[in-house]
Amino acid sequence: MCDTCGCNITPGNKHLVEAGGKFSHSASGHESVEVLQNLLSENDHQADHNREHFHRHGVLVINLMSSPGAGKTSLLEATVRALGGKLGIAVIEGDLETENDAQRLRECGIPAVQITTGSACHLDAHMVHQALHQMSLDNIDVLFIENVGNLVCPASFDLGQHINVALLSVPEGDDKPAKYPVMFRAVDAVLLSKTDLLQVLPEFSPQRAETALRSLASEAPLLNVNVRSAEGLQPWLDWLGEQIAVFKSARETGAMGHFRPVTGQAHVLTHPHLSQFTPRENDG
Amino acid sequence: MHELSVCQALVEQAELIARERQASVTRLILQIGPLSGVESELLRRAFPLASAGTCCEGAALEILAAPVTVYCPDCMVTSEVAANKLLCPECGNWRTSLASGDEMVLQTVELETRAANGNESTGQR
Repeated sequence: MCDTCGCNITPGNKHLVEAGGKFSHSASGHESVEVLQNLLSENDHQADHNREHFHRHGVLVINLMSSPGAGKTSLLEATVRALGGKLGIAVIEGDLETENDAQRLRECGIPAVQITTGSACHLDAHMVHQALHQMSLDNIDVLFIENVGNLVCPASFDLGQHINVALLSVPEGDDKPAKYPVMFRAVDAVLLSKTDLLQVLPEFSPQRAETALRSLASEAPLLNVNVRSAEGLQPWLDWLGEQIAVFKSARETGAMGHFRPVTGQAHVLTHPHLSQFTPRENDG
Repeated sequence: MHELSVCQALVEQAELIARERQASVTRLILQIGPLSGVESELLRRAFPLASAGTCCEGAALEILAAPVTVYCPDCMVTSEVAANKLLCPECGNWRTSLASGDEMVLQTVELETRAANGNESTGQR
C-alpha cells in the first residue's frame, strides 16, 4: 500500500517529498498528495486475486450481463444441456433475493452457488471471492458468473473474469447499446436473445442493434440466439467452443494471463449498414 | 445506483493516505468521465453519507469531467464525440480508440496535518 500513498521514500523519489515536491508539506500544515489511482482499485486488486485462483485451476470465466429477464439463466440451462457431458461447467448466480436461479441450474446437474446481494445492484470481486469459498473448481473447465440483471452497474466492476458477454433480448428494443454505452462498450460478445420473437416484433431491427453497437467502436460479434431450438443455440456454442479452444492452448503454454477473447468478424451473423460508416470524401 | 459503493471505496482509499500521515482530508479531487459508468451528481450526493464519521467528513469533493474523445488511426486525429457515438467525426470510421472519457480516478487528496500529534484512529475501514 505504501507505493500508493507516498510514504515509501527511496533515493529515486526523495525529490518528491523535498520542498516543492508533490508530496511536500507546506508551512501551513496543508499537504497535497497526487494519487492517480482507480477509485475501484481495491475491487480490482481482489479481481486480480480471483483471476490468479482461476488460472491455478485452469478455469475459463465468463461474466454474463443483461437486463433482468433477457434470458441469462435459460441460456445457461440450454448450454448445460448441450455441453454438460463434455465440459465441466459451474455457475455463480447473482440476484438481489432468492435461490431460484441456482436451484434451476443445480437441477441441470451442475454446481451452482447463489449470491444474494440484498439491495446491491451488481456483483463485485469480493462477493465472487466469497462464493469461491463455497465451490470446488476441480474438474471445472468453464465458470459462468451470472451477474445481477442490470445494464448499468455491473459494467464498472471487474470480477476476475476473462470474457464479458451481454445478452440483448428482442423485446427490449434495438437501441439498447445506444442507451447503455458503458455496458455495451465493455463486452466481448453480444447475444441477441429470443430471436424467435423477431417474427412477432418486426419493429426490432438486428441491423439497427448492430449499428448501435459499432457506434461504440466495438468489434464484439453480435450472435443471434434462440435457446428453444438446437439450431438457435448453435452460434453461441460455436463461439464458446472457439473461446475454450484458445483458452486451452493458452493454458498448455502457461500463458493464461495473456488470454484474450476472439472477436473475429467472421462470427458476425448480421451486418451493419456500413453506409453509415463508409468514409466520406475527406475534405480536410 | 452503485455510486455509494464507489464513494465508499473512495473514502477508504483517502483514509489510508490520511491515516499514514496522521492528517485529516480537506479536499478530494476526482476525474470522472461520462463513460466511467458513474454519475458525478450522484457521487456528490453519496459522499456525505459515505464519509460520515471518517476523516473525510466535511471534505470538499471536486470532480473534474474529461470529455469523451476518440482517436482515429486513419485520420490520426483526436476528436470530441458523444458517449454513444464513438465514430470518427472526420471520416465516419468506427474502429477508433477511446482517448479520454472513461476515467474513474482519485487524482489528488489534500490533507491538513493535525496540530495535536494525537495517535487516535481516524475512523474504521
